Amino acid sequence: MSEPQRPLIELRRVTKTIGDGVATTLVRDIDVVIRSGEFVAVTGPSGSGKSSLLYLLGLLDVPTSGEVLVEGRSAGNLGEPERARIRLETLGFVFQFHFLLPEFSALANVTLPMRALGRLDDAAMRKRGEALLASLGLEGQGHKLPGQMSGGQRQRVAIARALANEPHVILADEPTGNLDTRSSEQVLAIFRKLVDETGRAIVMVTHDLDLAARADRQIRVVDGRIVV
Amino acid sequence: MRLVLDIALTHVISRVRQTLVGMLGVAMGVGFSVMMAALMEGSQRDFVTQLVDSLPHITVSDERRSPPRQPAEDAYAAVEFSGLRTPVTRAGIKNPYAIIASIESWLDGAVAPSVASRAVIRFAGRDTAANVTGIDPRREAAVSKLPTQIRQGTLDSLYKSSNAIILGDKLAARIGARVGNTITLASGTGQVLTCTVVALLHTGVSQSDETQAFTLIKTAQILAGQTALVNAIRVRVRDILEAREIAARIEAQTGYKSVSWQEANEDLLSAFQIRNFVMYTVVGAILLVASFGTYNIISTITHEKTRDIAIMKSLGLAEGTVRSIFFVEAIVIGLAGTVLGWVLGFLLCLALGTIEFKSPFVDATRLPMYYTPVHYLLAASVALVASGIAGYLPARKAASAHPVEIIRGAS
Ligand SMILES: Nc1ncnc2c1ncn2[C@@H]1O[C@H](COP(=O)(O)OP(=O)(O)OP(=O)(O)O)[C@@H](O)[C@H]1O
Ligand SMILES: [Mg+2]
Repeated sequence: MSEPQRPLIELRRVTKTIGDGVATTLVRDIDVVIRSGEFVAVTGPSGSGKSSLLYLLGLLDVPTSGEVLVEGRSAGNLGEPERARIRLETLGFVFQFHFLLPEFSALANVTLPMRALGRLDDAAMRKRGEALLASLGLEGQGHKLPGQMSGGQRQRVAIARALANEPHVILADEPTGNLDTRSSEQVLAIFRKLVDETGRAIVMVTHDLDLAARADRQIRVVDGRIVV
Repeated sequence: MRLVLDIALTHVISRVRQTLVGMLGVAMGVGFSVMMAALMEGSQRDFVTQLVDSLPHITVSDERRSPPRQPAEDAYAAVEFSGLRTPVTRAGIKNPYAIIASIESWLDGAVAPSVASRAVIRFAGRDTAANVTGIDPRREAAVSKLPTQIRQGTLDSLYKSSNAIILGDKLAARIGARVGNTITLASGTGQVLTCTVVALLHTGVSQSDETQAFTLIKTAQILAGQTALVNAIRVRVRDILEAREIAARIEAQTGYKSVSWQEANEDLLSAFQIRNFVMYTVVGAILLVASFGTYNIISTITHEKTRDIAIMKSLGLAEGTVRSIFFVEAIVIGLAGTVLGWVLGFLLCLALGTIEFKSPFVDATRLPMYYTPVHYLLAASVALVASGIAGYLPARKAASAHPVEIIRGAS
């Protein structure tokens, strides 16, 4: 994609501490910009604050101090309903554990964010959901329940769900953590393709340094700070 | 909204056992409430009907509520009478037929004169006291159930012989008299009459059947030793709820004490109010207990669904949407339980209605059940409100949980 890279999410001097009394600092004084069309890997030792950083980027959590901007707009004084709306419209999450709704078919899981957004009619949502599943190599598997699928398949359904509303940024927390090498490779290939072909931004937390090396940019977190 | 409904229904359906338990809780609450209400109101209505049927709606007697003013009191302001002795013989109602005619001119109902007297009945050497009431058989049918309570013979057979008498069946059995026998009546004033038993009467209430006897007015007057005596006028009104007002009007018009069925049974009617209060309290308590079941189940479901709630919220579903999902689940359980409860309640009513009770005092009866949509709607609305609250509380708690903590904990 040749479109000039524009900032999608920006953290400015963001600090997050939790707990009253003995406060724990999860991230400290972070400045980071995520631009369109870039594949960012976040690495760091366990407990260093990678997940915490991702939650802040995804407006799932609010910083104790500092500012979060989404597409140039400050999210600081938004209420939870507005932040939920932004998550629904412009962000997509993939977690280490697939986190699909167990009673719903793969297709129903994928169309869930579309239904919550309510911009498409039933037929269009179904079509889009099936297309997404097919693009992730799950053609004709939409009727299956998560319990009837393999770990890799589930993770791909979760990625399809994250893509449901054509988000600008996909935030993935160790999406390959539970997958074998082959499935991990598949997920990575999908991400690469998304970034290259649709200009989306991907932020992927990972322990795997080889995978991280294949991203456009690496952010290394140690003790709640960015060190690279 | 359809999304909410979809998710809610999926949760409810995929948790068959929990859902069933919750539904059964509500169903039992609604069912037993409906049954209770039908039983309580049924017995009350049955009682009132019996009460109203067995007695005249209004009885005008030859008494007055306050002693009549003496002419001297009107003539001289200083004169006051107190402690005037009433005459030994009953005064009777003056000009009874004129009064009857004037009441009939405006009343929507029927009026009949009667003579109440007491006598000792003697047959085959056995004596027993009886209340002998003189009636006009042609008018009687309009004011009481007497014609339908006659066994062996008819009311009109009172005309067949001079001094004909109808006896309560238990009274007849006690003295061993049968239809066609001749019995002797002796009144307190010394009159002795020989009467022929022409029919037997069965009201189903032992008290009446053991003591009641009916004759023509004329016969009762002879027994009382007062010709032309009428000491009670019995009134039946079309709308029994107006009896009180009509009684007041008759009393104002005639000056004679007129007692409506409500006044005669004041204590019973107020006892019914207490009974109803008790009933609604018990019914409310049953439904409250049932709603605890719903609360428990929605709490469990939200607890089990904590992770899904976090996911839905992280995907961007609004807190209100998530809350409505669990609220709707409670309402769905409540609704399904209510419908099941209606069926259960109806069947319980039918079953109870077939049970027969035998009592030495009244004829064998079935439990009177009263069927009305009001009971069903009342139980349903209480059950639904209770389910709504029982679902809302855990739903609100679950929906307000912070997704980050849950996602952290789960991954
Ligand atoms: N609720 C909490 N209470 C106390 N400390 C917490 C809490 N949540 C996180 N922490 C701490 O915050 C720090 C950052 O946690 P975070 O999950 O962001 O690390 P991480 O880099 O994602 O680790 P991992 O690689 O194991 O997933 C850790 O030291 C963790 O112990
Ligand atoms: Mg983590």
